[in-house]
Amino acid sequence: MSTQTLYDKLWNSHLVRQEADGTALIYIDRHLVHEVTSPQAFEGLRLAGRKPWRIGSMLAVADHNVPTAGRAQGIADPISRLQVETLDSNCDALGITEFKMSDLRQGIVHVIGPEQGATLPGMTVVCGDSHTSTHGAFAALAFGIGTSEVEHVMATQCLLMKKARAMQVLVEGTLGKGVTAKDIALAVIGKIGTAGGTGFAIEFAGSTIRRLSMEGRMTLCNMAIEAGARAGMIAVDDTTIGYLKGRPFAPQGEMWDKAVAHWRTLTSDAGAQFDQVVRLDAAVIKPQVTWGTSPEMVVAVDGRVPDPANMADPVKRHDAERALHYMGLQANTLIVDINIDKVFIGSCTNARIEDLRAAAAVARGKRIAANVKLAMVVPGSGLVKQQAEQEGLDRIFAAAGFEWRDPGCSMCLAMNDDRLEAGERCASTSNRNFEGRQGPGGRTHLVSPEMAAAAAIAGHFVDVSAI
Amino acid sequence: MQKFTMLDGVVVPLDRANVDTDAIIPKQFLKSIKRSGFGPNAFDEWRYLDHGEPGMDNARRPLNPDFVLNLPRYQGAQILLARENFGCGSSREHAPWALGDYGFRAIIAPSFADIFFNNCFKNGLLPIRLDAEKVDALFKAVEATPGYRLKVDLEQQSITAPDGTVYRFEVEAFRKHCLLNGLDDIGLTLQHVDEIKAYEARHCAEQPWLCA
Ligand code: SF4
Repeated sequence: MSTQTLYDKLWNSHLVRQEADGTALIYIDRHLVHEVTSPQAFEGLRLAGRKPWRIGSMLAVADHNVPTAGRAQGIADPISRLQVETLDSNCDALGITEFKMSDLRQGIVHVIGPEQGATLPGMTVVCGDSHTSTHGAFAALAFGIGTSEVEHVMATQCLLMKKARAMQVLVEGTLGKGVTAKDIALAVIGKIGTAGGTGFAIEFAGSTIRRLSMEGRMTLCNMAIEAGARAGMIAVDDTTIGYLKGRPFAPQGEMWDKAVAHWRTLTSDAGAQFDQVVRLDAAVIKPQVTWGTSPEMVVAVDGRVPDPANMADPVKRHDAERALHYMGLQANTLIVDINIDKVFIGSCTNARIEDLRAAAAVARGKRIAANVKLAMVVPGSGLVKQQAEQEGLDRIFAAAGFEWRDPGCSMCLAMNDDRLEAGERCASTSNRNFEGRQGPGGRTHLVSPEMAAAAAIAGHFVDVSAI
Repeated sequence: MQKFTMLDGVVVPLDRANVDTDAIIPKQFLKSIKRSGFGPNAFDEWRYLDHGEPGMDNARRPLNPDFVLNLPRYQGAQILLARENFGCGSSREHAPWALGDYGFRAIIAPSFADIFFNNCFKNGLLPIRLDAEKVDALFKAVEATPGYRLKVDLEQQSITAPDGTVYRFEVEAFRKHCLLNGLDDIGLTLQHVDEIKAYEARHCAEQPWLCA
């Protein structure tokens, strides 16, 4: 048999049928559901008189609209409340497992899936959310879908799709001090652009990736979509298996051993061919900071805001000018000279326990700067929050002046009350710096948790690799 | 789903690359549990001068006179001309819903984000990829010619400009078939129930931990 990439293996093992033009019917093992992209799908199902194909494949949670403070009082905004209640009632009516807002296991859908062991190697995982790529860190084929497809998966347990091309992003070498998976992700996007991965499934590989923890791998795969790729993935190794052992939804006993034996095969074969290979040297990656309104508008922290006048491509120049105007930045400003108003540590990119530990290590014994109006830490799930509190991280943050909140998407997209005011500048560990993403007129700079914490303390960006 | 066969429509040029789904429909409008009614809030932050929230009377809000959709010459446009990587960002289908609800039936751009591209077909909206130079030529023509229209013929996979220039475009056979006939994917997939069941039985026997 010819050599196969990990993507080939995942694709082939889920292929139900294929049309002459290559359109395939792919079987879905895990369907994660949240409140924003599901109500119309449940309604469509009901109107057509259909039932979900396999209830056991579904796991639901409300995350986008939930408040991160004063949760006991419920959701104040009636429209947000209705959306969450709609998810609750749909799940109750159909018998779908849901972690409700009061459940300790509630959290951001892409944090709780892996945390529960509901994401397993060799699975196809979908969710009506583009950051579903996160779950690819477990050698799963995981990608975001729209609401019509959510309904399609509910009704048929399958999706219609065409196979993507395969890209390998090879990162070799040792990361410098203070350089994280987030910086790798931003460096990759800076290199290939936000459309560089369009039409591809990306496999991240190389010695640097193998040394990353599962948290780091999830951060990296999470941002594959910001490079345009619907799916990012990483081969199985001991780190993957060690993370999953004993998780509530993971197999146990004899079944575990059988599963592990199968999971060990979930790697790209030696000599497997990729349609495109992108190489990065880990040693040269520095902490990254975005300066514009697209994740590809990124530079190293010791760099400067670029000058659009030096850009040859007129479309790029035009976009850069517009971005600088929106961001309220002057060309050639040193990144470390940019002052910030708010700090957000959270999101499905960087709200896992390791992210909070890294941020707390920077904040320990310090105080946030006087010009920082709000610095908030929003754990990715109730269990992450509990773990952090057991380790005393909440007290470190509180002593430094950070607010310690309840889990949810929060200021990653500002659908709840957490948001930037117009003109406010934020150091954020989330994944999108689009115009208005964190609030109308808000200005977002994407960074790692360490960089966000350091910026909170200094009041401006600082190079954590130089501390 | 609404069929798409032929379209002869006014073109509006949106001269920005990387237009993301947050821009197409800002998140405060995603709280709706309905599929329709998003049109008045398409491009909300660019289109209005005030900040929009669900439940506002959009007819009374101050329009941004500089935003291209608000220019009188582009009223009633059904074809959106855009730059590269249109529709990047979130997987929210609210973006094609909003564009469709606004009245668009086709979008022409050099490239689209994958999930958005896919979502368009599920909603009777035709995304058309053309080479960047051709898109550029269309931008110049639209801006130079008030009332500029294009004819899109899906069956022929062609776009005809007023000067007679014909642009050919690619579309996957299966998607074309569904769009031409207004077919619902779920109904089509359910024709293969037996195959899905057979696959599932085999798959769950081989990897029982996936089907617990
Ligand atoms: S944390 Fe942000 S990116 Fe992640 S699922 Fe929530 S809103 Fe989306």
